[in-house]
Amino acid sequence: MSFLGQTLAIAAKDLRSEVRSKETVNASLSFALVILLLFSFAFDPDSDQVREIAGGLLWLVFAFAGTLILNRSFARELVNDCLDALIASPVSGAQLFLGKCLANYALLMIVECISLPIFAIFYNVRLPQRLALLFLVMLLGTWGLTVIGTLFSAMTVNLRLRELMLPTLVYPLLIPALMGAIQLSTVLIAGDTLGEQNLFWFRLLVAFDVIFTILSLGLVEIVLVG
Amino acid sequence: MSPASAVAIEGVWKYFGDFPALRDISFDVKAGSCLALLGRNGAGKTTLLRILAGLSKAARGRITILGLDPRAEKTRQRIGMLGHGIGVYEELSAFENLRLFGRLYGVDDPRKTATEWLERTGLDRVRDGLVREFSRGMRQRLAVARCFLHNPSLLLLDEPFTALDDRAIQVLQELLKTALAEGRTIIMSTHQLREALELATDVALINRGKLGFRGERTWEMLEDPGWLYRHYGEA
Repeated sequence: MSFLGQTLAIAAKDLRSEVRSKETVNASLSFALVILLLFSFAFDPDSDQVREIAGGLLWLVFAFAGTLILNRSFARELVNDCLDALIASPVSGAQLFLGKCLANYALLMIVECISLPIFAIFYNVRLPQRLALLFLVMLLGTWGLTVIGTLFSAMTVNLRLRELMLPTLVYPLLIPALMGAIQLSTVLIAGDTLGEQNLFWFRLLVAFDVIFTILSLGLVEIVLVG
Repeated sequence: MSPASAVAIEGVWKYFGDFPALRDISFDVKAGSCLALLGRNGAGKTTLLRILAGLSKAARGRITILGLDPRAEKTRQRIGMLGHGIGVYEELSAFENLRLFGRLYGVDDPRKTATEWLERTGLDRVRDGLVREFSRGMRQRLAVARCFLHNPSLLLLDEPFTALDDRAIQVLQELLKTALAEGRTIIMSTHQLREALELATDVALINRGKLGFRGERTWEMLEDPGWLYRHYGEA
């Protein structure tokens, strides 16, 4: 079977398990909704202030809810020592990592796509006419979150405090990607035009994704086997 | 490493922190033989098997499996590992588990192979049942099928008879006998001396991380499984 075929087999396995157990999507989605609801009490939905911080609010929700999915990514392999069975198989660390990333990415995007319209309702925000551009920002920002989160999920899988360690390690590294995604989302939700300065954030997001994907692919074998 | 060796272990050390779990272990395993890896709890048997399976790295020393590094893709393709955990997914069916590992091991027809192994291990009637609904014995038989599915040349079995029901022990013993007859190599750690020594052609005893004995299995061992521990075990 080809590199891609084995990678997709791992991703399909994770998605099939999640569809049957629904353990992470339910938790992540509930958490996202609770945060959105709680924050909505703190701001007046009609104020301009909301539009100014809309991008930040949205991405904080995505990042917080996302770590719940990412935390379980490798932890679910501990049941029955499945991680050992995967590492002992001829699948490379890169394939295992990419398969996990693809499954996590799909789950994160599902949570985000459900959270976005709810965010718009709670905060009285009109979703931008250029929704495709906002979706592109979500795709780029979420891939960065997925790659870093999946790598650290593998790194912290055997720690007792992994639920605490993962966000502690992931959020500082995510700052550049989050800054880019927040800036672009805020501009798009406010309905402003994207200028030259905003293109910088697009480039930053793309560069972040490419650099950390390559780095993670290079490091994952060491993380898994030592 | 002699040309007939399937596994060559030379001066292997492994530390957990400052504690040496394996101390200068060296021995070969002939191709087509069955080595019973014996030792008390904590002696280092599982640590050694994990290094052989490519799940962990030795701090010092050299290991070659079928002439290659344990982490080489071609090596892993030819190893079947049955560890303490059964290595199958609770949320997948028996068939889905075997098909998945068939795909990961590059088996020619994963669906057909999965179906065949479900029949061989007596799990064909629960083919589409989720593993989370299986009894312990059924899970163990599925784990055995996962281990043998890709026709491995080297079988690494860590206490394979533990927690098996009668039927699963019978299935495993038959599979191991067939594997030996087909010229495969088996390394098996166990505390069930009688079952292991009946199959084994060779024996290695590890005492607190050091090799205490390495040699062929003798009739004395078979008649009195405690003989080895009395003569070569730790004081």
